[in-house]
Amino acid sequence: MKTWLKVLATLLLLYTIVAGFLFDVPRLNIVNETIRALYFHVPMWFGMVVLFLVSTVYSIQYLRNPSIEKDIYAVEFANTGLLLGLLGIVTGMIWANYTWGSPWHGDPKQNGAAISLLVYLAYFVLRGSVENEDQRARLSAVYNIFAFSAMIPLIFVIPRMTSSMHPGSGGNPGFNMYDLDSKMRMVFYPAVAGWILLGVWIASLRIRVRLIDEKIQNLENE
Amino acid sequence: MQNLNHLLLKELTLELRRKSVISGLLLYLFSTAFICYLTFSLRQNQITPLVWSALFWITILFTVINTVAKSFIGEKKGRDIYYYSISSPEAIIISKVIYNFLLTLILSFTGFILFALLLKNPIVDLGLFSLVLALGAMGFSSSLTLISGIAAKANNSHILMAVLSFPIVISVLLIVVKVTKNCIDGLDRSVSTNDLVTLLAINCLVTAASYLLFPYIWRS
Repeated sequence: MKTWLKVLATLLLLYTIVAGFLFDVPRLNIVNETIRALYFHVPMWFGMVVLFLVSTVYSIQYLRNPSIEKDIYAVEFANTGLLLGLLGIVTGMIWANYTWGSPWHGDPKQNGAAISLLVYLAYFVLRGSVENEDQRARLSAVYNIFAFSAMIPLIFVIPRMTSSMHPGSGGNPGFNMYDLDSKMRMVFYPAVAGWILLGVWIASLRIRVRLIDEKIQNLENE
Repeated sequence: MQNLNHLLLKELTLELRRKSVISGLLLYLFSTAFICYLTFSLRQNQITPLVWSALFWITILFTVINTVAKSFIGEKKGRDIYYYSISSPEAIIISKVIYNFLLTLILSFTGFILFALLLKNPIVDLGLFSLVLALGAMGFSSSLTLISGIAAKANNSHILMAVLSFPIVISVLLIVVKVTKNCIDGLDRSVSTNDLVTLLAINCLVTAASYLLFPYIWRS
């Protein structure tokens, strides 16, 4: 990753944390100050979806033109996506605890999120149970693409069709309605960019470590 | 196309010759339904319609996973190579999906008849429910066939089959359970149209994905 992107990610996240905790937010019933979770919870989900998408793209590239690097890219992006997903679910549970009264409310969006994490856990189980390296890469790439396409209806379509208390689904407004003076947007959009960049940064570090490992192994084999 | 017909015919004749497999599956279904009946016969009126729907779909799900799992896992190594040398991977996956669809359809309807006989039949709108069974069978067979192909290549494939398939099948299952509830309540059909269209769309998506991805796994 380019250095300026790293600096940008750090600055954006610093801004998110400072502005997210200090700036004015709309006063709303029940939600009150917890609306600040919007700057952390929602961007983490965006980050997760973006990272999983990148992972899927690398899997497609792997199938078209197999190479170990692409496999490593796909795995590590999925890994980091899983991390962001876990953080997203935890922050969502904290938020739900204050606004809905309990951390796990059986909301369609929550369930969908939990299932999409199960998908990627299953992906790692699959990788663990195939020994041949080529076969492992190919099978997991196929599963990655298949799982991603099956996940789209799960987290984007079904929650919108069922009744839900989650903002932005089941006929509930998203944050557009609460954010009348667009002040929240000033923090929200930088936060989205910041968390996504952080995810990519973590993934790129892990990829570098894996690639160096691979190189060392090749040298030892020679 | 010619290939596809031949492969499908071969699967069907093979099934009719080895009657032990299909009768085993039917027995599996019957035992599960019978266990549900025995446990709930202690207090008949405890089976509310929603409990019925949960029991029914869990039974169907497990039977179907076992059914579809054998489509690749059971095959002998040598026979695979033979199929692949005589036909294209696309024909193989499509024939397997169609064949699994027929099998799942039979099993779902048998399951429904068993449940209606042993427990009771809470379904008001039978026509719609048959459509749901058919669409559900389509969803299960199309998503599970590819998974079975993946699982067959790995170690401990039977555990893997269950682990890999649950997250994928859940989106089908959620919609099916929701529409089943509508059928039990006897709601107007227009209420369920949206869900059925979504289900059909998911089926198409999953089938297309299997069709595109299968050529990559059979090569290994």
